[in-house]
Amino acid sequence: MIGTGAGVKGRTITVATITIAVMGLSVADGRSAAAGQQRASSGPLPETFGFGRPATADAIADLDIDVMPDGTGLPPGSGTAADGAPTWGRACRGCHGPEGEGGTAAPVVGRDPSGRPLTVGNLWPYATTLYDYINRAMPRPTPGTLTPDQVYSLVAWILAKNQIIAEDAVMNAETLPAVVMPARDRFVPDDRRGGPEVR
Amino acid sequence: MTAKPDRRTTLRRRGRLTRRELLAGAAGAIGAAVAPVSGQQAVETTRRPGRGPSEIDRRSSFVTPRRDPSATSSRTPLQDLRGTITPADLHFERHHGGVPEIDPARYELLIHGLVERPRVFSLADLKRFPSTSRICFLECSGNLRRGGPETLPQMVCGLTSQTEWTGVMLSTLFDEVGASPHATWFLAEGQDAAVLTRSIPMDKAFDDAMIVYAQNGDALMPGNGYPARLLLPGFEGNSSVKWLRRIELADRPFMTREETSKYTDPLGDGDTMRQFSFVMDARSIITDPSYPRVIEPGWHEIRGLAWSGRGRITRVDISTDGGTSWHAADLQAPVLPKAHVRFRYLWNWTGGPGEIMSRATDETGYVQPTWDALREARGPRTRYHQNPITSWTVGDDGHVLFGAERLQS
Repeated sequence: MIGTGAGVKGRTITVATITIAVMGLSVADGRSAAAGQQRASSGPLPETFGFGRPATADAIADLDIDVMPDGTGLPPGSGTAADGAPTWGRACRGCHGPEGEGGTAAPVVGRDPSGRPLTVGNLWPYATTLYDYINRAMPRPTPGTLTPDQVYSLVAWILAKNQIIAEDAVMNAETLPAVVMPARDRFVPDDRRGGPEVR
Repeated sequence: MTAKPDRRTTLRRRGRLTRRELLAGAAGAIGAAVAPVSGQQAVETTRRPGRGPSEIDRRSSFVTPRRDPSATSSRTPLQDLRGTITPADLHFERHHGGVPEIDPARYELLIHGLVERPRVFSLADLKRFPSTSRICFLECSGNLRRGGPETLPQMVCGLTSQTEWTGVMLSTLFDEVGASPHATWFLAEGQDAAVLTRSIPMDKAFDDAMIVYAQNGDALMPGNGYPARLLLPGFEGNSSVKWLRRIELADRPFMTREETSKYTDPLGDGDTMRQFSFVMDARSIITDPSYPRVIEPGWHEIRGLAWSGRGRITRVDISTDGGTSWHAADLQAPVLPKAHVRFRYLWNWTGGPGEIMSRATDETGYVQPTWDALREARGPRTRYHQNPITSWTVGDDGHVLFGAERLQS
């Protein structure tokens, strides 16, 4: 059984499979680590199948909630630590403690030269990730219910408690990406590559 | 072709009447309920019809494998399984916002970002694309518990399971939407209460990534992402995002919480964190004999599982003397890449204390390390991707216990 190549803008994937009786083992080109488990259909591939429907800008905007380190994705809105204190008291302190010191959930406040515990001050490399994560997943019982102003103010409260920003600093789509986190340079890419060396 | 067996022989073989019953039957009790006799093969099931056909089969009431649930995960009972495919209802689960119940009629997958044609796919759309099936393991990168001597294999590393997955190659979908050559990462986002997100290198998409909708031929179980999930063979389980609702292509990683403050590994004295450590290194565990078995002197087949996220397992070595000498185990064919493989080694236990252990090697030449070697390489705070050699001790009395002290330093 011989597969066909599928042209992809600037990439060409060619999969040639040879089926061996009984075991169903097959081989593919070097690109496909999943040798033998690639596409089993035969015949030429169309340029596109035409399945699904075009995604409208509105449909994308409804779901596209992620926030990147350069601030891409941050919505309008703003808040300060003082603004965030009531929301912290209502939605966060029950699990993370009155001062963010931790409780049934992990501590979020703490600066320690040893890098422990794994708080925002010690471990989070990007302030934008705080907005992204609180907005998508917090508070645990009712995620996704906070307004942008509430999220900005909670981010400000946490950053101020970690002594990363001033108490009166306003967090918004411009200021948040500019915050330099203490843990910014602690991260290195994975250097494990297999082979005899244990890493 | 064999000759038709003599009918009387057949009846005797089926145990219609055993010699013992003929003798006991002199009392005239034959035909009434036959009381079970210890040490004698039961025959009562041959005296009345069993249950008829049913819509769905269930395990024998004598067979009760169970996952071990905690607040955030449940672990596969490795010690109760004999092959390499994990029954779907025993596959481990780990989730960060509970298991959502998703109506397949309302399920949609959005693919957008650096693509020519952003599109939305229904579950039916995904199933129309050319399909492929693949057997591979999944493993949580937090898959080690260092319990005491009374620790089951399930508790040591039950956050790994294996499945025949069926779905569509992610590269097929990326062709469909016209993935930009400038895209280097893609975001995968779930439809659970964590709306869990991970950034994945595009190379993986054009290597062997899939979007799967079937688990061992059946629909995915809810805990494994029903109705559709990402599948990244060989990568840490967290990155195979379940209940997949959105994929966004970009020219850089998104730096989500799950790839910054979580699923990153302290190195050295903890100043440095290893990031985007996707691949699961080679590992093995003996699943039998293991705690809580008590074994008799004589022959035992040491059995277990080995796997590597980098390709095929090429050998598994067994030691029965606590690591002093090693011997190659048999590997059960077919040995698939990025898949659990069964190993077996015959051992004649002559009594006296012993310690059995397994050590996996994969096709890159990587050899499963000791706990001390891992700590030496990474420092004392390493918390993910721990794949040390583990052992079971055998006492004079045949009691098998987890070799907990090997993980104590």
